[in-house]
Amino acid sequence: MSVSGTVERPGSRAHRGWGRRLASGSLKLHGLLVFIFIYAPILVLIIYSFNSSRLVSVWEGFTFDWYAKLFQDEAIGKALKNTLVVALSSTVISTVFGTMVALVMERYEFWGKLPFDALLYLPIIIPDIAMAVMLLLFFVMTRIPLSLMTIVISHVAFNISFVAVVVRARLADFDRSLEEAAMDLGANEFQTFWRVTLPLLIPGILGGALLAFTLSVDDFVITFFTAGIGSTTLPLRIYSMVKLGITPEINALSTMMLLASMLLVGLSLILQKGGGGIELG
Amino acid sequence: MRRILKYIRQREGLRVLFLIFPSAFWLIVFFLIPLFIVLAISFGRRGTYGGVVWELGVENYRRFFDPLYLRIFARSVYIALATTVLCLLLGYPLAFFIARRPLRARNALLILLMVPFWTNFLVRTYAWILILRGEGLINLVLQSLGIVHAPLPLLYNDGAIVVGLVYAWLPDMVLPCYAAVERLDYSLVEAAQDLYANNVKAFLRVVLPLTAPGIIAGSILVFIPSLGAYVTPDLLGGAKSMMIGNLIHQQFLTVRDWPFGGAVSFVLMAVMLLGTLLYFRVGRKSAERGA
Repeated sequence: MSVSGTVERPGSRAHRGWGRRLASGSLKLHGLLVFIFIYAPILVLIIYSFNSSRLVSVWEGFTFDWYAKLFQDEAIGKALKNTLVVALSSTVISTVFGTMVALVMERYEFWGKLPFDALLYLPIIIPDIAMAVMLLLFFVMTRIPLSLMTIVISHVAFNISFVAVVVRARLADFDRSLEEAAMDLGANEFQTFWRVTLPLLIPGILGGALLAFTLSVDDFVITFFTAGIGSTTLPLRIYSMVKLGITPEINALSTMMLLASMLLVGLSLILQKGGGGIELG
Repeated sequence: MRRILKYIRQREGLRVLFLIFPSAFWLIVFFLIPLFIVLAISFGRRGTYGGVVWELGVENYRRFFDPLYLRIFARSVYIALATTVLCLLLGYPLAFFIARRPLRARNALLILLMVPFWTNFLVRTYAWILILRGEGLINLVLQSLGIVHAPLPLLYNDGAIVVGLVYAWLPDMVLPCYAAVERLDYSLVEAAQDLYANNVKAFLRVVLPLTAPGIIAGSILVFIPSLGAYVTPDLLGGAKSMMIGNLIHQQFLTVRDWPFGGAVSFVLMAVMLLGTLLYFRVGRKSAERGA
């Protein structure tokens, strides 16, 4: 293909080979260092969570004590319950609404579509802190008392957009001839939707739901501003624990949360293998 | 009920309305209206006991240009820029490294890169406290090796914020760079070399321009959230390393000057919106070029 073989410069090939080996060697080393940078903090956290010393940094021996303490801690149990209640309810609501709106945006033309599209993207773009103060101010001014409910409302407000984006990606490369085939075989629109469109969309919808769930469990800033007394979630609990001082219990709790999110990632990867439309990142 | 459903089925306009209504209602009531409330308040004035006095004016926006607040803004921009540059230095070569592996290894490496970033943001930030603090891992190692005798002040300063932010947003840099590098046609690099370009020249004249959209997209994706950071400076930064996010928090919850807090929020949002528009422009341009 290339003519390089015919116009050989003296020593150029050998020189290039040497330079390339050096470049690829340093790229490998760099890659290794970056991955150490990424995983070191996590490993440190896990190792320290089994450290029997109360002084977090001195290693004294292996123990499960902090985990045992964790499971007896009522405040953390309540925070976990709150987190799950918020995450599950906001995920269900935003998945249903987000899927509906994705169908409209991908398949219909209507008046005001463009500005609505912008509105749909805005919660993704806007900084957490701005959305948090906005919602707090709104709840204060409308005299809606802060509680678990206000957290759920706020989480749905940003999760609808994320679900819609994921489901729309799935809809965009949807093979519509399958729906036409169903119609040709005598299915009406309703049957076509329930028997063809929806089943094919399920991986995308599940992907969106999983993203919404993760975002909800992960959220600190918006929850912090919209939570009432007694509606502490796990991130809020960790925050106040960290602010009070570093203790081995935080390490154990963090490790448990790490484990939980690894499980979720595993689940999403399996979903993806099954043809899901969810993109990492 | 059946008749209503049938009616909805027959009318496309009604169907659109039915599908769009829940989301539209939610986004308008719990997003757009709060947004306009803050916008309106940002033109008001703080009452003596907090709250808002409706004397409209741009005083709050003018106050933002007070050296005190301008310095916080400048520091935020500086920290976000440092984060972006560091992410680029770490992420761009990593994108090359990943892109030149065999396909299976590539996917495995990308997953390996993403896994930690699915874990709780607070947990990830907290892990750095364990490493950076006075009795933390780095100081422990340095002291036991006898390199330093007193612990280094690694935590509670701007450097710690940058480390925390780089750790938080690195994948946002790697993924767009990776997408650009993967698309790169290596025969172009070879052509440049055949035309007597040395490695440096081939990189600067061929590789860099061709992967520029990825670099720009990644930089915007890192810069925007870094600028609006709130948790990272709160936990890793010192008393003096306040960023815009912390200023907004302070104005709303501590000082209770809602109008000024609202104005600061809007300045932040304006900068971010600009960045996002830029991001989409770059995306469209590179798509056009790629076609």
